[in-house]
Amino acid sequence: MLANKKGMQTLTDASRLIIESMARAGADAFIGYPITPANLLYLYGSQRMPLMLAAPDEITTLQWMAGLSAAGRIPVTATSFPGYALMIESINMAYMMELPMVIILVQRLGPATGTATCGAQGDLALLNGQISGGHPLPVLCTSSFEDCWTLSAKAVEMAVNLRTPVVLLTSKEEVMTSKSFDVSSLPEIIKTERKYYDMKCDGKYKSYKPTDLIPDFLPVTQAKHQVRLNASTHDQQGLLQHSSDEAMNNTRRLEEKIRQKAYEFTWYDLDETEKADTLVVAYGITAAAAKDAVNQLRSEGEKVSLLIPKTLIPAPDVYIEIMDSYTTVVVAEENINNQFCKMLYGIRKPLNQRFIGSLGKMITPQQIIEEVKS
Amino acid sequence: MTVPFLNTDALPYCKGCGHSLIAKNTAKALEKLNYQPLDVIVVTDIGCHGIIDKCLNTHTVHGLHGRSVALGAGISFANDDPNRKIIVFIGDGGSTIGLQHIMEAARLNLNLTVVVHNNYLYGMTGGQSSGLTPVGFSTTTSLEGNPFEGYDICALTHTAGAAYVSRIMGIGDISDKLAIALSTKGFSLVEVMEICPSYGVKLNPRRKLAEIVESSGRQLGEWTNKREPHVNHQGRKNEDLLATLPVIKKGFKSYLKSPMSLVLSGSAGEGVQLAAGLVSKAAISSGLHVSQKGSYPVTVGVGFSTSELNLSPVPLSFHGINLPDTAIITSQDGLDHNRKRIEAMTSGKLIIDSSLEVPQTAAEVLQYDFRSVGERNASVFAIFYWALKTGIISTESLFKVIQDEGKGEKLPMAKIKDALSAVK
Repeated sequence: MLANKKGMQTLTDASRLIIESMARAGADAFIGYPITPANLLYLYGSQRMPLMLAAPDEITTLQWMAGLSAAGRIPVTATSFPGYALMIESINMAYMMELPMVIILVQRLGPATGTATCGAQGDLALLNGQISGGHPLPVLCTSSFEDCWTLSAKAVEMAVNLRTPVVLLTSKEEVMTSKSFDVSSLPEIIKTERKYYDMKCDGKYKSYKPTDLIPDFLPVTQAKHQVRLNASTHDQQGLLQHSSDEAMNNTRRLEEKIRQKAYEFTWYDLDETEKADTLVVAYGITAAAAKDAVNQLRSEGEKVSLLIPKTLIPAPDVYIEIMDSYTTVVVAEENINNQFCKMLYGIRKPLNQRFIGSLGKMITPQQIIEEVKS
Repeated sequence: MTVPFLNTDALPYCKGCGHSLIAKNTAKALEKLNYQPLDVIVVTDIGCHGIIDKCLNTHTVHGLHGRSVALGAGISFANDDPNRKIIVFIGDGGSTIGLQHIMEAARLNLNLTVVVHNNYLYGMTGGQSSGLTPVGFSTTTSLEGNPFEGYDICALTHTAGAAYVSRIMGIGDISDKLAIALSTKGFSLVEVMEICPSYGVKLNPRRKLAEIVESSGRQLGEWTNKREPHVNHQGRKNEDLLATLPVIKKGFKSYLKSPMSLVLSGSAGEGVQLAAGLVSKAAISSGLHVSQKGSYPVTVGVGFSTSELNLSPVPLSFHGINLPDTAIITSQDGLDHNRKRIEAMTSGKLIIDSSLEVPQTAAEVLQYDFRSVGERNASVFAIFYWALKTGIISTESLFKVIQDEGKGEKLPMAKIKDALSAVK
């Protein structure tokens, strides 16, 4: 709890919580390019982060972030699909170079420029396939103001500890809505300490030699050990390779480090009712509607459980285990193609699952209640 | 023992390629300037120039095609050690796709030296024309000669604000010329003119580099701007975004028993968002839970302005509003934006300015002349009217927020109070 602010009832938006949390967690640079609905995050980032840079486009944004990260900073940016699309090649670069950073992706209605001021949950499929080779890039998704505080800090910690870009997924409706909120209810944020290769070692430093899957980091601005960072296929030293065994092992390690280490960064809320046959599943902005719907259903005597996934990529096996254990699973997601379940199960939707989708409108608690009762 | 910049004499380039000359002379220039290899960060990208990494004893960063200047810029922003030197190697193809990055680094005058290996074509991918290929020069995609003029990268970079720009021939000892750029404080760019031995020479037989450069109209030379190098100027920072949030103390009561939704809509510049903020804060001070979101066209200074609020005695999760319990409409823009949902309302209240046509609705209609206090204050007056008529929050709680936030001087409070006293 933030002891010095006990009982602070305020009116705030979630953008403020996200940026403050990341700054406390150790993020120290915000690189911005304006785009609706991520502009509040840019505004707060410019006010709060020790270094703020206004980039001329989103490709530059990611490249500047990569350079900052290579030099030991922990950069953050915020964007929406049109900007994110421009960033993807550079996100692949940062993934390959193993450079920590956080990209806050504020979903809005697509395709293309779509509707900038309309919320959506349409970007999960893209995020699930954004790294060439199909390797997972971590995606954490906020579903409440409390998440915007705790998960934002975890995104920074995950990026640093796993040496990877991390996406914090949110949406227009979450970051542009103000709510009454007691900030004294928030837990303290622990600053992430970035671990460095021991500079006292006189041995040969290799930029991509892993210790427990993660290579030790050294900034390119120190002058004791040679650092070689490489976006192309490379060996442990960081030298370009075609497809040597050492290089292929390095690429395999990129996949393994996320899959094996992500269990330390797996978050979800499971609110189960004894003897319930029905499970409601919702993440992000739709989780709020799902919570209200489940509360209403329970007040009417219905036995229903609720799963709110927060670590979306890599999706832990437990989601499938939970969903497969119910007779009926109602998944609510603000798109028309059930991206979450396709990510888990592929195109063959399990027979126990029903989907509530929406385009251009938030899914309401009433829609979920009606689907559960039908 | 002095560590050389290059770890081999056998550089990985075709015989006669100027890239070898650039690598060797860059190393020589750095030695002349007394740099040690690990003082130097060489950023390269995709193209023949980029395969130099393995031959360098410096730090090496190998990035995406054409993005090396932006990547080097990121390192430059983070570096505050004047003993470090950041060098970017890029080709003419990379300079084409990454032109914006060069312009931006020059505009900001970042501490960075860019060496453009201009051999007039994309050598690694088969000899295609680039944005720097001069008119008449033959490439595999313009066998009869490039029909377009190439960019003058030096002129563009100089105009963008680089401290130092030069164009030199990639012939002989160029280490002193490179050393001038490498010792520049701020942004420097050297365009080294080359001809690709694999594609350029074969497709342009009997043409000499000097003649190609001359016929393209490009002058060799130096161009400078007297500017201070980039400094990370940062405005005043906020050390705690939570600490600057106003604390709203509970001082009033609300008799609201169950959640209600409220849509307040009018025209841009008529205080809609201000009024919504007053309602939210007054409701919080009355012990209610609140959500508030604005909606307006991208041209924020014209057209409708709408705010959607939920007020609740119990904590809120879902904040969306389809049909509101109460709609407050203070102008034609607001009515137009909400007409459909007002017509669909089956209960609740429509509070609407008396100058407006009342749509068909099952909601209870209350009309009042909110614009009598001036159109800029119509929304603020309307929420006082709503508070007085419904008692969901007290007018005192609204007055207190205005007082606490020091907004009383900007709003015609005496006028609003007078108008309010006339409400029955």
